[in-house]
Amino acid sequence: MNGASNTVLLRGHRLTRRWGGLVAVNEVDLELHRGEVHAVIGTNGAGKSTLINLLSGQFSPSSGRVELLDQDVSLWPQPRRARAGLGRSYQRNTIFGEFSGMENCRLSAQAAQQRPWRWWQSVTSQPDLMAIARNVAQRAGLADCIDRPAGLLSHGQKRQLEIAMCLATRPKVLLLDEPLAGMGAEETERMLVLLGDLKSDHAILLVEHDMDAVFRIADRITVMVNGSVIASGNPTEIRDNELVQSAYLGGH
Amino acid sequence: MDLATFLIQCLNSLQYGLLLFLVASGLTLIFGIMGIINLAHGSFYMIGAYMAYALAAPVAATFGGGFFSTLLVGLLLSVVLGYALEWAFFSYLYDRDHLQQVLMTYGLILVFEELRSIIVGDDVYSVAPPPFLSGSLALGEMMTYPVYRLFVSGVCVVLAGGMWWVFTRTRLGMMIRAGSQNREMVQSLGIDIQLLFRIVFAAGVALAALAGMVAAPVSSVYPGMGSTVLIICFVVVVIGGIGSVRGALLAALLIGFGDTFGKVLLPQASGVLVYVLMAGILLWRPMGLFKS
Amino acid sequence: MKTQIAVLVGAFLLLAAWPWIGSSYGMDLVNKIMIYALLALSLEVLVGGTGLICFGQAAFFGIGAYAAVKFTPSTGEAPSLLVALPISIGLAGLYALAVGALSLRTQGVYFIMVTLAFAQMAYYVVHDTPLGGGTDGIYLYAKPALGSWLDLDKPLAIYGFTLASLTAVFVLLAIMRRGQFGRALDGIRVNELRMRATGFSTYPYKLAAFTLSGAIAGWAGFLFAVKDGFVNPELLSWHLSGTVLIMIILGGMGHLRGAVMGAFAFTLLEELFRSEAVFGSLSKHWHLGLGLFIILSVALLPKGLAGLPRQIRERLAGKLLGTHHIPADDAVRPQENT
Repeated sequence: MNGASNTVLLRGHRLTRRWGGLVAVNEVDLELHRGEVHAVIGTNGAGKSTLINLLSGQFSPSSGRVELLDQDVSLWPQPRRARAGLGRSYQRNTIFGEFSGMENCRLSAQAAQQRPWRWWQSVTSQPDLMAIARNVAQRAGLADCIDRPAGLLSHGQKRQLEIAMCLATRPKVLLLDEPLAGMGAEETERMLVLLGDLKSDHAILLVEHDMDAVFRIADRITVMVNGSVIASGNPTEIRDNELVQSAYLGGH
Repeated sequence: MDLATFLIQCLNSLQYGLLLFLVASGLTLIFGIMGIINLAHGSFYMIGAYMAYALAAPVAATFGGGFFSTLLVGLLLSVVLGYALEWAFFSYLYDRDHLQQVLMTYGLILVFEELRSIIVGDDVYSVAPPPFLSGSLALGEMMTYPVYRLFVSGVCVVLAGGMWWVFTRTRLGMMIRAGSQNREMVQSLGIDIQLLFRIVFAAGVALAALAGMVAAPVSSVYPGMGSTVLIICFVVVVIGGIGSVRGALLAALLIGFGDTFGKVLLPQASGVLVYVLMAGILLWRPMGLFKS
Repeated sequence: MKTQIAVLVGAFLLLAAWPWIGSSYGMDLVNKIMIYALLALSLEVLVGGTGLICFGQAAFFGIGAYAAVKFTPSTGEAPSLLVALPISIGLAGLYALAVGALSLRTQGVYFIMVTLAFAQMAYYVVHDTPLGGGTDGIYLYAKPALGSWLDLDKPLAIYGFTLASLTAVFVLLAIMRRGQFGRALDGIRVNELRMRATGFSTYPYKLAAFTLSGAIAGWAGFLFAVKDGFVNPELLSWHLSGTVLIMIILGGMGHLRGAVMGAFAFTLLEELFRSEAVFGSLSKHWHLGLGLFIILSVALLPKGLAGLPRQIRERLAGKLLGTHHIPADDAVRPQENT
């Protein structure tokens, strides 16, 4: 790629997930390197959501391993993986609509520095958390609207908030599930710039349907069909791959 | 415990369990298919029992009929009641959250209890089984078993079989199952989901009321019977898995046997046993035995 | 914010002055209401604060009450308040810990039903075993005292102690809501999935909230037993559990003051429906009016009384501006949560 560190921060090794007789994810190998955006593409039902859930810890694998920072986390529940440096954003907005954008970020920051036993200490008097919250809001481009209730933000702003919340725990790995979903051209542009900016100090997994965006920003692309990986490589390799063309890219 | 006593307790367990199943199946269906948690379900059981008592004389006077005529009239009335209730009250609960449903149906319990108190009073009544079912069957040389209790079990089995047949062999059953999976899809197929829900609800009410009517000669008719059966039915539904009729059957039988034998073997702990059983099962399976 | 504090202080002063304003019946009534308000606060921690709908709060209340009676020495001497109160709170909290540990493994409707069933379990233990003294209940022969300067046998003393308890718990809970623990519970209520994805292990938080809630309910039960000098199994009945839920939804969930307001409103309403002076012979069937009232208030006042000012403001704003777009869910900022 570009001479950046090739350390593997997250690895999925022969990941498999069965639901009864249905194999949703079949022997998938995946590596996320720091400084890279690794996109996973595929048709609906290809197993992308299941894969991301396996990596983030929402389900445990039927077989195979997940390694985060060289530790086997396959049996770790999601909160534990999150605390170990794994951030996850969701396809549908999972923000705290009732709270202000600021509180969304602050609460997320709290996750990495939990001190619930000091129950009497008001959170507004905890400057470290407040600073992190302002910081990530800034980075995500939301500095001027964080005092409004998050539920009232525009769709694009909510997606940005979702990313900001991920960043508040200072993760090393980001699993982003369709961050561009439902976004217009301008918002997409803003988000891509943000992702490009985040790339340098994170390993990013990107599940996306927007092919233009994927080919623009991804350093590596994995293509899934029916739960299995049919191709994995850099964007040029993938574009030229015949299997991928017939299965997915079609005549576009 | 000798064999005859054991056999009798088994038959009692079966009868109690099957009766519970009848009531609980309505509860689990209404929740599984319509998404409504209905605390007033026990009241329908109570209403059925009080109907068995209150309708006996009028039915005899008007039609000259006995127990079965009363049962039929009661059944028809409860279907009408269920239909009307869904239209007037429960259809407003679909879009409300669980807490609101719990509280509104709790208010409904109070209303039902007081209406019953005003109309029929608060006394305990007994209902006589029909003469040809009043006898006893000999079990071995020393023990006998009331024929009516066997009848109760029989009715429950027949109804359970009927339910299974409707679900798996009829279009209505298919629509019900489809409606529970995907309401919008069924609607777009031109099926009137409102009507469907109304039918399901009326059926649930009728099942509970019928259970109450049929149980009346055995358990007698008393004000608190709705509450008692409601809580146990909750336990049945939780153990069996919400929305699963199969689970409700298994759980009801489990509780029937557990409670009956528990009362015989450990009389002090009898009331608590059911909940200990539930706690144990939930430790093992937090979503009940079967998913819907 | 300043108006809110002024109102709360005003309410406190009114309650403090009440024994001299009202009759002795009035004082006993308000004492009872304050105990229910404390019970409602305990449930608000769970329902409004964490989003856990518990239908078994009466069990913790009853355990606190029965503990007060059972641990009074039969010699007739007054037990020390410093011993008796912690026992009630501790036992109720312990049962809550056990029930919570099991129940919190379930979700949604299962959780509601399971908490109900565990409360029934406690009810039957008290009702059927010699432990509980059966349906007749048990009398409290000696009320606790604190040395020589607080004897809870005196009506004014128990009234004052109840008011002090209610105030203390209210203030402590208000402070807690602004701290990390309270904010985490609120986050769990709004979006548990996001909390877990961000790194909060939600089970310990919920269990802590559940235990705290049970302990406070036990405190209320202790006060009830001491005030009335009598306990019976109906203190653990699910009707009481339902009543407390209604109180907090009537008063308005998400606000501590809603719990208190709901307790007042509901109890006063019950007194109204029961009064022969107003309803004559129908007052015997006061459950009917109550049931209808519950149905209507839940249907028409989803935000409860505490939300009524806002509901009215929004309607007026809608009428004046002619708009129909009104934000349904306002941001609940940390400072506004009393």
